[in-house]
Amino acid sequence: MLAPRALILRGPGTNCDEETAHAFERAGGHTKRVHVQTLAQSPSLLDDFQIFCIPGGFSYGDDIASGRILALELTQRLGDALHKFHQRGGLILGICNGFQVLLQTGLLSPEWAPNQRRATLARNTSGRFVDCWVHLQAKPGNCVFLQGLDHFELPVAHAEGRFITSDEASLEKLETGGQLVLRYAPNRDGQQTNPNGSIQNIAGMCDTTGRILGLMPHPERFIEATQHPAWSGRLDPEADGAGLTFFRNALRVIGKDVG
Amino acid sequence: MLWEVDVHLRQNDPAAQELVDAANDLGLSIHTAHTATGWLIEGDISLNEVQKMGECLFTDPVTEVCRVAKAGDEVLVTNPPGSAGAHNLILHVLPKPGVTDPAAESAKDAMLVLGVQATAIRSVKKYWLPEDCITPKQAEDIAWKLLASEAIHEVVLGALQLTKLSGGNEWALERKQVPLHGLSDSDLEELSRRQCLALTANELHAVRDHFHTLDREPFEIELETIAQTWSEHCCHKTLGSPIDHRGPHGESCYDNLLKETVFASTEIIRKQLGADDWCVSVFRDNSGVVRFDGDHDICVKVETHNHPSAIEPYGGAATGLGGVIRDVLGTGHGAKPLANLDVFCVAPLETSPATIPPGVIPPKRLLHGVVAGVRDYGNRMGIPTIAGAVAFHPGYLGNPLVFCGTVGIMPRDSADGRIEPGDLVVTAGGRTGRDGIHGATFSSIELSSESESKSGGSVQIGHAIHEKTLTDFVLAASEENLFNAITDCGAGGLSSAVGEMGAEMGAEVDLKKVPLKYDGLSATEVWISEAQERMVLAVAPSQWPRLAEIARQEGVEATPIGTFTGNGQLVLRWNGELVGELNCHFLHEGRPRQRLQSQFNPPQKTPLCWSLENTTFETVLLELLQSEDIASKEWIIRQYDHEVQGKSVLKPLLGPMGGPADATVIRGVLGRPRGISIGIGLKHHLGPIHPFEMAVGGIVEAISNCIASGADPERIALLDNFCWGDCRRPDSLGTLVEACRGCYEAAIALRAPFVSGKDSLNNVFTWKDNAGVTHEQSIPPTLLATAIGQINDVNLCVSSDFKKNSNRIAVVGVSTTELGGSHLSVIRRVTGGDVPKVDFEKCKEVFRNIYRLNQQRLLASCHDLSDGGLGVALAEMAIGGGLGATVDLAKIPFHDLQKTLKHDDLIDLLKVAFAETPGRFLIEVNEQDAAAVESTLGSVPWSWIGHVTENNVLTICCGDHSIISQTSVVTLATAWRKQSNTQTSGTN
Repeated sequence: MLAPRALILRGPGTNCDEETAHAFERAGGHTKRVHVQTLAQSPSLLDDFQIFCIPGGFSYGDDIASGRILALELTQRLGDALHKFHQRGGLILGICNGFQVLLQTGLLSPEWAPNQRRATLARNTSGRFVDCWVHLQAKPGNCVFLQGLDHFELPVAHAEGRFITSDEASLEKLETGGQLVLRYAPNRDGQQTNPNGSIQNIAGMCDTTGRILGLMPHPERFIEATQHPAWSGRLDPEADGAGLTFFRNALRVIGKDVG
Repeated sequence: MLWEVDVHLRQNDPAAQELVDAANDLGLSIHTAHTATGWLIEGDISLNEVQKMGECLFTDPVTEVCRVAKAGDEVLVTNPPGSAGAHNLILHVLPKPGVTDPAAESAKDAMLVLGVQATAIRSVKKYWLPEDCITPKQAEDIAWKLLASEAIHEVVLGALQLTKLSGGNEWALERKQVPLHGLSDSDLEELSRRQCLALTANELHAVRDHFHTLDREPFEIELETIAQTWSEHCCHKTLGSPIDHRGPHGESCYDNLLKETVFASTEIIRKQLGADDWCVSVFRDNSGVVRFDGDHDICVKVETHNHPSAIEPYGGAATGLGGVIRDVLGTGHGAKPLANLDVFCVAPLETSPATIPPGVIPPKRLLHGVVAGVRDYGNRMGIPTIAGAVAFHPGYLGNPLVFCGTVGIMPRDSADGRIEPGDLVVTAGGRTGRDGIHGATFSSIELSSESESKSGGSVQIGHAIHEKTLTDFVLAASEENLFNAITDCGAGGLSSAVGEMGAEMGAEVDLKKVPLKYDGLSATEVWISEAQERMVLAVAPSQWPRLAEIARQEGVEATPIGTFTGNGQLVLRWNGELVGELNCHFLHEGRPRQRLQSQFNPPQKTPLCWSLENTTFETVLLELLQSEDIASKEWIIRQYDHEVQGKSVLKPLLGPMGGPADATVIRGVLGRPRGISIGIGLKHHLGPIHPFEMAVGGIVEAISNCIASGADPERIALLDNFCWGDCRRPDSLGTLVEACRGCYEAAIALRAPFVSGKDSLNNVFTWKDNAGVTHEQSIPPTLLATAIGQINDVNLCVSSDFKKNSNRIAVVGVSTTELGGSHLSVIRRVTGGDVPKVDFEKCKEVFRNIYRLNQQRLLASCHDLSDGGLGVALAEMAIGGGLGATVDLAKIPFHDLQKTLKHDDLIDLLKVAFAETPGRFLIEVNEQDAAAVESTLGSVPWSWIGHVTENNVLTICCGDHSIISQTSVVTLATAWRKQSNTQTSGTN
């Protein structure tokens, strides 16, 4: 059986590409980090991969708006290629800045016409960047990345992660379509850990096929116990972190197809 | 055509609300405001195209709407869409021409993706204010006090009257000679001041004499090159001088203070280590390099960026961090940055506005500015900012200190660059503009109340994404071994970078080839500009084609501008024409050294005096937890991405409730067990009283941080950063000599070599009050010690938070009761008194034993005792773990308290609980490990003092049954977090 391959997209300002590649590799996959300009020049490079991942960072400095310019590059120069990639069963994962990008490309919500997007990731209510750990509740449905996950912890690190929609109807549609698969949850003391003011505590969403997921938290930052802020003296340092499940799930699904 | 696209939020404009609040704070009562982001777009572009740009590129359809028109059109200043009430005053804040505008540069590239070419773009912030509340003059006041910085912005009230953006014509070659012959000393000094050269008359004599032998006068560009190279910032002018010192131990002479103290200690340690020497490259390259594992070396550098940050906090701190990252990137054949640290020294945040001199940015605004600068640059670079401190003292009011550091990793044995004659001089990265002209000489001059207006050109603005792509490019090129040496363009710009690289070999460059942001720069400006995000590489002609290819792939501009020659001359040309020529030997060795006088008179000893009216033990404990140095810095830590790269093992906030860490720890390589530990020591309150013990205490604290986390005491590397007042004064220089002596003795005794350092002298601020009287304020002598430890297996790292009910607690190390310069004095509970002295032998033994306990896995938690001593450390462990403890102060082993501790003797109890003797630890031990701990610790001074409890209460006793205080952990945590919570809701 061929080892599943993940393409980790990088560009000016991407900065979580190495640890994201490391997470896929620790889960048993093969990865290649590819510059967006290289991919735009030869979109057929995608043919060798089953997973396309947009990792975190500040693509193009998040200038104008977070993820805006990379989203533009992807739609203008790689729109068809990514559509075909998804059609043939490819998985797409956008983490943090990658989620901000995915949402603006329309890949998560193809029914919204360009410039008529109904959801966005706005500035945190605090107005500030925040790096902290949150509790999450998954409602996986058909989302391949979240299978087997229920309540777990991951870190977030962003300034624009407040998920909002233009109107109630759009939000309801996403909910009934089973797309709102990940929410911030209360911690053990019952305190809500929503770090940014997202409506209905939404932390991530997938497309209707369940093969495209965008989320603000960073699964690649919790693949081993020592990445947790309270591991010392409390967790087995050799244990896996909850985030590793995202990468294992993706590889398992693809492994079945490839096998 | 010049277009403008304005983007307005549909609702909820937090920037407007912040502005209203801040204006009200200023006493200007406005009830509403409106903001927008504008883009001035120049080019041969149609209205249709620019409308498309507005919709597709600049606007979020969910949250924003845009207005598009010709720049200056009335529609752009009329009442904004969706705003209630009349907002008839409009302010525009935009970067001055020539100031880096990163977002505009990105927008220009993004428009190209959409097939529209702009010739220039500039971003502009727009603010509408209600005309019925304030006058236009008050609106401008708001702009300058809250929205704009004089150094980098211009403010326009009313409609913009711009018709074009691009400006500047190509510079017409002109060679300006600067006659020095026949000038008196005072003329020479006046010349130096006028041209911002920071050269003394004595140094200008040497320049004059040198050019006399050449039978000509220097050209301006030559004089500037000499000024940059001879600046305090670029060479250790003071610390490297011969010094006659008179101190309490008699007279001593140094031929080169730095070489004979800090450097000498490293040489001695390396000799002792012999074949086991683990230093690789020290005090030579842009950062210090030491061995790490079989495949890697690590390197580290800490820099200061004080003067630029005093004038423009955001830009100053951001470019300070950008600069030190490039130092690491520019070490050996290029190192990969792994972690950043930042330390700020500022005046107390609640300093009364009435006492703030003109031209000084209030400490709160300053701190928020520097934090935002480090946040935006570090986060964008994808380098975790994982360690730091904020220190408060009124002496930092006019001269705040900003330290930025970076740790990097590189393949083993790639530390030495080697330039060959014929190698190309290649610049890579950002383009050159007028940014930061005279930064190197500026930082060597005192600040004054007029600095803000005089030195605007010295402030640079960073562009983190340029630095990120530059980093990606350098590391890719390094992997393929495509250059022979590399350095960064920092202070002094190309003149320093090319000058240093070609110091022995000589180089010839054509400055016309340097890519410019805009036309109009003279050859001299190109040569000394401190535009950011640039590196200089020495590249063999055979390596160049592949290097150029990688640069193209990574979207980085790389340009050969000359060659390293081998003839020992630095030759500068413009389009082929000679504009300057300097002999490298004269440039680097020709500076006349001046013998300096130094004197240290220890301040008169004053007896310890207490001020304890109506006070309890608990009150003092809570006061300490709330005091600014000790209080939680969570509001800063959480704004930094301290987890990017996925390598963090001990983060700055630890345990289920987020208590403070000692050292922070990261893995060197993902998936591998070996770790790097970063500790920081700063005893600024001791500086004015006892500079020697300030240095020693800071070093011991930094090392203790690392030891507590599990670092090997035989593998600690140190960095020094001296920030001092005016060292031309013998008494000021005297305290510097004392601190250097402290560094020397501590390093040798603890066998921790210094591997890198930096000094920033002349931190003096002068101003005139309303009566015209000149005042002067000098910072307290400040040494920042940074320790870089190594950890064999990060799985053995131990955090400081309490882990489990009924675990035992012990204190390890010698406790003494001196309180001079302690935090009890900072909260004004004591004055006077002696400062604690470090017993190096005992300290070393304690370090070794803590490490042994760690390696035997006998520690549940470990915390070093520093600010606020044992009492504060206990509280911090309880806060982190969300658990209580019961501790008996009578069980603490003291060697200088001659009597038994009594429960009703508050003074003795406070001494025991809050003295700050360096080199001590609190450890938490599982009951079943207690016997093993006892036998391991053996003869080291230590004692069991209590145990962890489940009841969430910290109980302090004296003897078995006398309870001194009982405080809930929630109360402790609330006090410790009080200031942080206030700042979280403060200005952004």
